[in-house]
Amino acid sequence: MSSENHSCQSNYLTFKGKYAGVWGWLFSTDHKRIGILYLYSILSFFIAGAFLGLLMKLELIAPGSTIMRAQTYNGFFTLHGITMIFLIVIPGIPAVFGNFFLPLLIGARDVAFPRLNLLSWWIYILGALVALSSQFLGSDPPDTGWTFYAPYSFRTGTNMLPAVLGAFILGFSSILTGLNFIVTIHRLRAPGMTWLRMPLFPWSLYGTAWIQLLATPIIGITLLMVVAERTLKIGFFDPTLGGDPVLYQHLFWIYSHPAVYIMILPAMGIISELLPAFARKPIFGYKAIVVSTLLIAFIGYFVWGHHMFTAGMSGTAQFAFSFLTFLVAIPSAVKVFNWLATLYKGSIHIQTPFLWAASFLFVFMIGGMSGLVLGALATNVHLHDTAFVVAHFHFIVFGGVGYAFMAGIHYWFPKMFGRMYDSGWANTGWGLFFSGFLTLYFPMFILGMKGMPRRYFDYLPEFHGLNVISSLGAMLMLFGLAIVLINLMRAARRGAAAPDNPWGALTLEWTVPSPPPVANFIDIPTIVTHPYDYSILQPKDLSK
Amino acid sequence: MTPTESHRDDVGAKIGMWLFIFTELLLFGGLFIVYAVYRYKNPVAFHFAAEELNRGMGILNTILLLISSATVAMSLTAVQLNERGKSLILISITLMLGVLFLVNKYIEWGDKWGHGIYPGSEKLLELGHGEVLFFGLYFAMTGLHALHIVIGLLILTIALFRVKRNRITSSDYVLLENGGLYWHMVDIVWIFLFPLFYLIV
Amino acid sequence: MNSNHSLPRIRYSTYLWVLAVLLALTLISVLITYMDLGRFTILGALSIATGKSFLVLWHYMHLKHENRFYLAMIALVLLVFVAVLVFTFLDYGLK
Repeated sequence: MSSENHSCQSNYLTFKGKYAGVWGWLFSTDHKRIGILYLYSILSFFIAGAFLGLLMKLELIAPGSTIMRAQTYNGFFTLHGITMIFLIVIPGIPAVFGNFFLPLLIGARDVAFPRLNLLSWWIYILGALVALSSQFLGSDPPDTGWTFYAPYSFRTGTNMLPAVLGAFILGFSSILTGLNFIVTIHRLRAPGMTWLRMPLFPWSLYGTAWIQLLATPIIGITLLMVVAERTLKIGFFDPTLGGDPVLYQHLFWIYSHPAVYIMILPAMGIISELLPAFARKPIFGYKAIVVSTLLIAFIGYFVWGHHMFTAGMSGTAQFAFSFLTFLVAIPSAVKVFNWLATLYKGSIHIQTPFLWAASFLFVFMIGGMSGLVLGALATNVHLHDTAFVVAHFHFIVFGGVGYAFMAGIHYWFPKMFGRMYDSGWANTGWGLFFSGFLTLYFPMFILGMKGMPRRYFDYLPEFHGLNVISSLGAMLMLFGLAIVLINLMRAARRGAAAPDNPWGALTLEWTVPSPPPVANFIDIPTIVTHPYDYSILQPKDLSK
Repeated sequence: MTPTESHRDDVGAKIGMWLFIFTELLLFGGLFIVYAVYRYKNPVAFHFAAEELNRGMGILNTILLLISSATVAMSLTAVQLNERGKSLILISITLMLGVLFLVNKYIEWGDKWGHGIYPGSEKLLELGHGEVLFFGLYFAMTGLHALHIVIGLLILTIALFRVKRNRITSSDYVLLENGGLYWHMVDIVWIFLFPLFYLIV
Repeated sequence: MNSNHSLPRIRYSTYLWVLAVLLALTLISVLITYMDLGRFTILGALSIATGKSFLVLWHYMHLKHENRFYLAMIALVLLVFVAVLVFTFLDYGLK
């Protein structure tokens, strides 16, 4: 017990364990340190991926070859996609905020399998290194796009193997994280925390973890089949060996569409945590949000075919997948209405995390609505493989996950680092980012409707004007992003000390010191209320 | 060491193993989907290709795995009854049967190789598309299954040593239980592979 | 919640009986392939395989004695897999 008391006193940042210095981080099984490891790794990859995106936008600022050759552009959008999807948005929120805050939110000392958790991070780094080695080893960098579509992925002379294997290894990391979270949520909730007293971010992680567990193996085996096809010449998807390339698309999207929900559900969870705290109101329709989370996770499994409407599927399949796509929009819309109703007549505190959350609602709605345009069969045939699709999924994936990530980091930063950031700069950065984001992606909807295809380094002269606007938007957005990140990095080292509960929020993570002690809680709390019971706040609390 | 590492939760460990088993089943599930689609598209070729496989070998391996599943399950009862010697024997029999399975698999694959049937071989490519797909799936699915046998053998070997050193006892046996669960999962996969490749002709 | 469970002791003979049934089912599934069942061949073989795996799950993997939660999880996984297969065949079966 004495060692436990000792570790309760020192916080997780300054704690001296078995290893000193950087090894104390790389071999720490503390979920909070692992969360920070993921944060730094993911942010580094994100900066690289965003830079690639900027280079692509610079190429598209004028027709013809502007700053790169066609093949370079192919390599860039492939690497941009692999980095952003497999290294950032799929692990993103669960790995960073899930690791750091899941145990804190449910009143546990750590996740169920701390060593497995550390192993997941190491596997993640290994997968990332293998995937990125495709850029430097062997022949040209991969040029298939992040989807590795057959048969091109085993015919192209470029360096596909490391990229495919890297994605396979990253899948392991994702599976193990999901497994860990499910067991944690089942076994380690604080006494009194019934399922319906659990905060919504853990709920969203629970739904996500099940998708990670049940969908990731399918992509794992599919990627292995591509590897076997490329190295051993086993016929799976190669039409010259009798294989069916469309079956590859099926298998790929059986994972990769649910993967969209691996990305967006935790983002929705963060928003559900944040809005009650900044509206000083209980969340509206807690149970409806829980049910819609589980419904999205389940139905989201059976909509994969909407990526293949032009691939020659049977009419029945097209109809069924289109119908289910519309069906999955319903629980998503339920959530949006619940969030809006939470804000209605709330005592709204407009602070940086709230700004990100509110802009999330805006961009997520545009992304979701444009998704229905693509989910409808007739319009899909017109818009498939155009810039419209690119705009749509950037609104959802970047607008959804990115904004929620930013909302989360600005919300939890004081708890994670024990310091406050400068909210003036944070708000300025948000304003520039938000304006830049809309300027960047909105024109792409119009370009797509006019017929500009995606994945080309060149375009017809009539698309020039809107592309210039879009490229300028990219610069503005990245300028805003730089301000946001520099502001946070400065605050992590030199910010003013943060109080334990700077936002007056009610969930458990705000009851422990900032930064949290190693064992999280001195005594595990007993839960007697609903997580968002803001009616217990006194008027003086509300005036803060 | 953080204070949390000493926490023991057998139920949590068992749920974790089950979840892992689900991912393994779905890993094979992807291949079963491919099998189903290609069988549907090439019924005749799959019919004739399946006749090429050695049915006796398939039956023998099925029996070996079923017996090994029973012995590993019984070894848990032995541990619960504190019959350590019996438990060690039962786990050893399981390991032996697993190794025999691999030996048979090796002979079977070697035989196919000897007849010039292996991925990318000229003889296979001459046979036609359906056969190429069938044997591709055969090598991939039985190969992946054999890999899982190896993993199962490793887990059970660890369990064997732990039983020997009294680290798995009648009050703490979740490692053996989980190892057994994993072994049964490998058995279940084979229960489906066997008819799909050897019986349906 | 008691975190360290104990599984009820299952008699050796139970496992051996289950083994006998499993071996018998294997024999049956081999025998029926010698009968000409036409398009029911696949159905027959897969039904027997399903029965055998149920026995393994129920007895060897102790679902009989476990919390119903495990059964619910397996049902979910099975449902997801079968549904994925059905949706795939909405394409291939009706093309």
